Amino acid sequence: MTNLQKSRSTIEEQYKAKQNRPRIVVGLGTCGIAAGGNKVMAAIKNEVASRGLDVDVDFTSCIGMCFAEPAVEIGLPGQASVVYGGIYPDKVGQLIDGHVVGKKPVTELAAIQITGGAEPFEGIPVMEQSGYYAKQVRSVTSRLGRTNPESIEDYIATGGYAGIEKAVAMERLDIINEVKKSGIRGRGGGGFPTGNKWQFVHDAVGDKKYIVCNADEGDPGAFMDRSVLEGDPHAVLEGMMIAGFAIGADEGVIYCRAEYPLAIKRLNLAIEEAEKMGLMGENILGTGFSFKIRIKAGAGAFVCGEETALLNSIEGQRGMPRVRPPFPAHKGLWQKPTCLNNVETFANIPFIIRNGGEWYAAMGTEKSKGSKVFCLTGKINNTGLCEVPMGITMGEILNDIAGGIKEGKKFKAVQSGGPSGGCLPTEKLDLPIDYDSLISAGAMMGSGGLVFMDETTCMVDVAKFFLNFTQLESCGKCTPCREGTKRLLETLIRITEGAGTAEDIPNLERLAKVIKSSALCALGQTAPNPVLTTLRYFRNEYEAHINDKKCPAGVCAALLSFSILKDKCIGCGVCLKACPVDAISGEKKAVHVIDPAKCVKCGACVPKCKFEAIVKA
Amino acid sequence: MSTVTLTINGKEVTVPAGTTVLDAALGAGFFIPTFCHDPANPGYGGCRICVVEIKGARNMPASCVTAAANGMVVETDSPAVIEARRTILELMLANHPVDCMTCEKSGECKLQDYAFRYDVKSADFGGEKKDYPQDQSNPYISRDMNKCVLCGKCVRTCEQVEDRAVINFAYRGFKTKVAPALDASLAESACVSCSRCVSVCPVGALTYTSMAGKARVWETTREEKTCSWCEAGCLFDVVSKGGEVISVTAKAPGDGRPLCLKGRLGMELRHNSQPPAPMLKKDGEFVEVSWTEALGLDDIMDKLK
Repeated sequence: MTNLQKSRSTIEEQYKAKQNRPRIVVGLGTCGIAAGGNKVMAAIKNEVASRGLDVDVDFTSCIGMCFAEPAVEIGLPGQASVVYGGIYPDKVGQLIDGHVVGKKPVTELAAIQITGGAEPFEGIPVMEQSGYYAKQVRSVTSRLGRTNPESIEDYIATGGYAGIEKAVAMERLDIINEVKKSGIRGRGGGGFPTGNKWQFVHDAVGDKKYIVCNADEGDPGAFMDRSVLEGDPHAVLEGMMIAGFAIGADEGVIYCRAEYPLAIKRLNLAIEEAEKMGLMGENILGTGFSFKIRIKAGAGAFVCGEETALLNSIEGQRGMPRVRPPFPAHKGLWQKPTCLNNVETFANIPFIIRNGGEWYAAMGTEKSKGSKVFCLTGKINNTGLCEVPMGITMGEILNDIAGGIKEGKKFKAVQSGGPSGGCLPTEKLDLPIDYDSLISAGAMMGSGGLVFMDETTCMVDVAKFFLNFTQLESCGKCTPCREGTKRLLETLIRITEGAGTAEDIPNLERLAKVIKSSALCALGQTAPNPVLTTLRYFRNEYEAHINDKKCPAGVCAALLSFSILKDKCIGCGVCLKACPVDAISGEKKAVHVIDPAKCVKCGACVPKCKFEAIVKA
Repeated sequence: MSTVTLTINGKEVTVPAGTTVLDAALGAGFFIPTFCHDPANPGYGGCRICVVEIKGARNMPASCVTAAANGMVVETDSPAVIEARRTILELMLANHPVDCMTCEKSGECKLQDYAFRYDVKSADFGGEKKDYPQDQSNPYISRDMNKCVLCGKCVRTCEQVEDRAVINFAYRGFKTKVAPALDASLAESACVSCSRCVSVCPVGALTYTSMAGKARVWETTREEKTCSWCEAGCLFDVVSKGGEVISVTAKAPGDGRPLCLKGRLGMELRHNSQPPAPMLKKDGEFVEVSWTEALGLDDIMDKLK
């Protein structure tokens, strides 16, 4: 134990020294890399080397502002550091000229500044007061975009492994009580109280127990776990180790989907580094406690995010859910008592142990404590990652953090909880978000993906999208899910193709009810939610499709017709050239017409017409 | 032994602790349908036809995998239960050829029986049906996956035989089907034609090729015989029509490594006056062989000569 304490002070000093050096930090999470971060990094290194600048070049993970990637942070000793957004290689020169050489921030490229106690620059929003961050808390995401995720020193210098240090000196039950006191509930979507789960596994009798981390994040529009794994892998490892100590396990498995190569790489690196420092493996911190972690890469089945299917998959079996009970706490991996939590849950644990359960429970609502990480996607201005206290309203997330709907369009719905969740309408924007409020609204917390939709979205089409997803991902074990989601999907397809009948809505409701009540696992039991919530809040859209053969949002191609307004068309011929199937005809300077028999409803002509003469109805 | 007392359809029932709700209800004289439940291989809970209502439960649990508990209040025939069962049957029929008129299994098919019981004539979903080619590659076992309800009993019984586990679920969602590795034909697989899978299939998906077209179920009489080729003592049915033996079918595996082709062929030769010629797989192909070779008696016969 003394070992870590000794090295901690050295590491902290080195880290402080690093912060007091001129530095350029590039965001290299998956979002940053996808936006071209590696090229930016190369351009910066090139620029720094060719000019012989005395500046450190480092990288970090996603700070949350995915919309601003590629993001580059520049900090000079004693000054606030500035995060710049949209920095492509062609802007690197300007940035270095201005901020590194000229020592003045390039205000027009700046997104936010992080003062770190220094005097703020004028004209650049301070992070904590900026639109994107003002309503956020940064707890489990505090290291994201701030530290180098591949450096164990960065982790230790920012309080890392102090949780396990504290935990191994505690009584096991005291650790579990601290987790119970925090009130944290499973962040993977189910919302089961984590402390109770730990207690069950602690109390379960077994010669061997396991810790399993569910990193099989698969909801469309969800990337919280990926961001945490890429940005703070040691926190997940530390959380698992604390759990291992508390329940009496010496082995952990992280089930991470293979589509997250960067997360797997950083986890492997973190495991290696932790082992090198004696923080993982045999006799951790000289306490006699041993714990090792390995990674199992999942092959990409959505259902493997269901805990019992996940366990089957680790065992080399087909990813199909088992019946519960027995719960994994009693018979989990290899039939041994297993504590199975999600990435975000484990990543929260070191903070809870360090700061105490009461600190955590001070945030949030009565039954949903703490903060929650959400992914903001869809038709919004600021797509990215945010961490908010439980109890914040959906409207605050939409308008304050996500910056409202893009292009001034109107908000229509938000899908919370992925394919298992539901679509919430404008009336639900003032709903304080917690596990229970979302369920009573017909949706669910899920893992935290929020997909915002604007007025141009067809809600029947959205339900169809999610049902297509669940149908393809159904494991096939139970009849209601395997066969029932197929029939729901087929009905939705029929409706969007204009072949809906009056019986379709009652049939959808009847089938959805049976699937919900009789399916084997949570995937099946929640699969009808997108249908049920869109029926609950947007029934008129279903009726328009079925009764009037119209798609109010103008999305369902089969129900659209394109026509040219006689009084607006000047016969310029631009639309005629744009049509890929020669469905438009007309002499020059004469009104053009669209042949509905030939028209494939691609809509290519609409934006081409400068006179707004082509209408979609 | 400790017991639990629960209420099923208003009747108080006391059963040994650990008994499933299904067994408790059956024991108390109530009917609950099952497809995937195999008493020799319990704990699956996939088909969901056996769902019941339990007071206080969030959903309708499958009775075959739910342990009876003290004070539990169970309804096995409530309107919600009936609706769920009917819907599940509709879903099964919507993806089934519904060709009972020519089906070998007609008369002893659970899908047919339950459809009758719950008055499910057909399904009005009007969508896609699976359309797989029949697998007649194995001379003993006919596989028609279009009739399969994916109860998985065949998969689980095959897994019981060490070193076998020839078949398993393949693909996902609506495309899920039971198949040998790499979705090969049964003949190409490591199947040893023991027929355990046929003996547990509740529908017409797995049938005996030797029975094809010979009789309707109700025209046959069956005499149970215990195989004496080894000490396992598997049970077979000697099937007759109009006083003539037409086939021997496996009834149930015994202990040990039960049910085998040799045993069934031996029973066939013993009881059937016109047994079909035995076939064995040689170099990957099924070829007709002599009875002495099929039963592994060549060397013994040589000595007896």
